[in-house]
Amino acid sequence: MNTPVVSLSNAGKSYQQLDALKSVTMHLNQGEVMGLFGHNGAGKTTMMKLILGVISPSRGEVEVMGMAPDSKEAWHARSKVGYLPENVSFYEQLTGLEVLTYFAKLKGFSKKQAINLLEQVGITHAMKRQVKTYSKGMRQRLGLAQAFLGEPKLLLLDEPTVGLDPIATRDFYKTVDQLKSNGSSVILCSHVLPGVEQHIDRAMILSTGQLLAMGTLKELRQQAALPVAIKPSGLNGSVANDSRLNHFLTEHCPQTLMVPEHEKLSVLKQLLSHDTLEDLQVETANLEQVYQHFLSLHELSAHGKQHELGLHVKGEQN
Amino acid sequence: MRQILTVANKEFQDGLRNRWLISITLIFALLSIGLTYFGAAASGAVGVASLSTTVASLASLAVFLIPLIALLLSYDSFVGEQESGTLLLLLTYPLSKSQLLLGKFIGQGSIIALATLLGFGSSAVLLYFQLGDPAVLTSFSVFIVSAVLLGLSFTAISYIISLSVSEKSKAAGFALITWFLFALAFDLALLALLVGVEQGITQSGLTQLMMLNPADIFRLVNLSGLDSSDVNGALAVAINASLSQAQLFTALFAWVALPLTLAIFIFKRKKL
Repeated sequence: MNTPVVSLSNAGKSYQQLDALKSVTMHLNQGEVMGLFGHNGAGKTTMMKLILGVISPSRGEVEVMGMAPDSKEAWHARSKVGYLPENVSFYEQLTGLEVLTYFAKLKGFSKKQAINLLEQVGITHAMKRQVKTYSKGMRQRLGLAQAFLGEPKLLLLDEPTVGLDPIATRDFYKTVDQLKSNGSSVILCSHVLPGVEQHIDRAMILSTGQLLAMGTLKELRQQAALPVAIKPSGLNGSVANDSRLNHFLTEHCPQTLMVPEHEKLSVLKQLLSHDTLEDLQVETANLEQVYQHFLSLHELSAHGKQHELGLHVKGEQN
Repeated sequence: MRQILTVANKEFQDGLRNRWLISITLIFALLSIGLTYFGAAASGAVGVASLSTTVASLASLAVFLIPLIALLLSYDSFVGEQESGTLLLLLTYPLSKSQLLLGKFIGQGSIIALATLLGFGSSAVLLYFQLGDPAVLTSFSVFIVSAVLLGLSFTAISYIISLSVSEKSKAAGFALITWFLFALAFDLALLALLVGVEQGITQSGLTQLMMLNPADIFRLVNLSGLDSSDVNGALAVAINASLSQAQLFTALFAWVALPLTLAIFIFKRKKL
C-alpha cells in the first residue's frame, strides 16, 4: 500500500537534439486516478511509454510496482498493466471478438474473458462483425476493453473518451471509478477535458517536456489564484456605478464580475442586497481555465517577460 | 513459446482470411500443371515434357514468383502495425520483440510453405502418375524444399525492409527494388562480368558470387542435376563448378537464418 505504483524520480527522455521529457518527479499511489494534461508534444506520450517500459529513460529513474518497467523482472508485471494508445486502429479485417481474443491470449487470458469485457463496454451486438465496419466510438470501446483486460493494477489511458457519446463516456468513467475502488491506479491522459474533473484525484500539467504543475484540483486552483466569475442579472448598470464593485468588471465582459476567491462572499452579499437582482451565476475556475493559466504562465516565463504586472493582466483575462 | 504460437496462429489466420493461401496455391498449381503439360510445346510437341525440362521451367518461373510473393505478403508486417498503432500496443504486452518477430515469421512462413507444397505438389503427383518414374518425387522434393527456403528467405528479407522504414509505401518501394535486384539485376551483372571482363572471374569465383543471391542458389540447387541443354545464361557456366547439394542447401538455409537474425537485431534497436 505504501510503495507507490508508479514513481518517477527526475526521469527524462531525450532523442538526439530533442528533450521529449525534461525531468519529472511524480508518484502515483494505489487506487489513485491521475489526470495528465498537456497539448500535443508536451511529453504525455513519452511519459506513458517510459512507464510502460517501451522506452528507457535517458536520465533519472522510473519504477512501476517496485521494478524498472524496461527490465526483465518486470516482464510478468506487464499483464497487470493496461494501456490504451491514442491512435490505434485494430486489425480491420478481424472481428471485434477475434481482436480482443488475440490480445487476451497474449496477456494469458481466455476468450471467455474477452467476451465478458465486450459485454462490459457494450459492443456484444457487434462482436462478430469486422472491425472495419465499426464506428469511431465502437473502436474506442474495443480499445478500452483491450485496456481493461485482466483487471489491471495500473491503467494508462491516452485520450480515452475521444469519439465516445455522452452515455458511453459516462459508462467509461463508471468503469474507471469501479477499477479505482478495486485498488487500481489510473493515469488519464488528455488534451483536457470537460467531465474529467470529478473523476481524477490529482492532475499534472505538462508542457514541452516540463512539469508545470501537479496537485489536486483544489491545490491547483489555489496556486493559480484565478478569480471567480459572478454574473448578476437584473441590476441594469447599478454595478458599474457601485464604486465597491465596479473595479471587478473587466473590459471585455462588462456584465461579469471577476472576483478573487477570498472576496467572493463579501461581493455576493453586496449583490444580494440589491433589490432588483433577478439571478446570479457563480463560476469557479474550471480545469480548463486552470490549465490555460499554467500554460500561459509558462509561455510568459519562456519569453523572459515574467513580472508581476504581466501575470495579473494574463490572469484576469482568463 | 505460447506467445510465439499465438502470434503465429493469428498471422496464419490472416493469410487464410485474406485469401493469400488459396491464391498463391492456385497460382503455383496452375503454372506448374500448365508447364508440366505444355512445357514441351516450345519444342513442337504437346504432352508431358521430360522431367528435367519441367523442373527447369518451373525453377526459372519460381525464381521470379516466389520472392515477389514473399515480399508482397510480408513487406507491411511491421510498418503496417506501426502505422496503425498496434505495434506499440503489442510491445506493452508480455511479449518480447523476438517473440513477435518469430511468431510472424512462423505464421507467414507457413502460408508460403503450405502454398508451395500444395501448388507444386499437385503437379508432382500428376507427373508421377503420367511418367510412373520415382525420380519425379525426388526431383520435386528437392524443388519444393528449396522453394520453401527461398520463400522463407525473402520473408525474412522483407522483415528487414519493414522494420527499417517508417511508411508502408516506402516499404513497398524497397520491396520492389529488392525483388528487382535479386531476381533480375544480379544475374545481368554476373553475365556482364562474365562477358565483359576477360579472365575477370574464374568458374569457382562465379559460383561463390552466386552464393550472394538466394535466388541463384535456388537455381543452382534445381538445375545442377539436369542436362545443361535445358539451362542457359550465367548459370550454365556455374553449374559445372562443383558444389554439393548439401552445401547449396546450407547456403540457402543461411539466407533464411541470417536475414532473420538481422531483422531481430534491427527490431531490438528500433525506436518506437
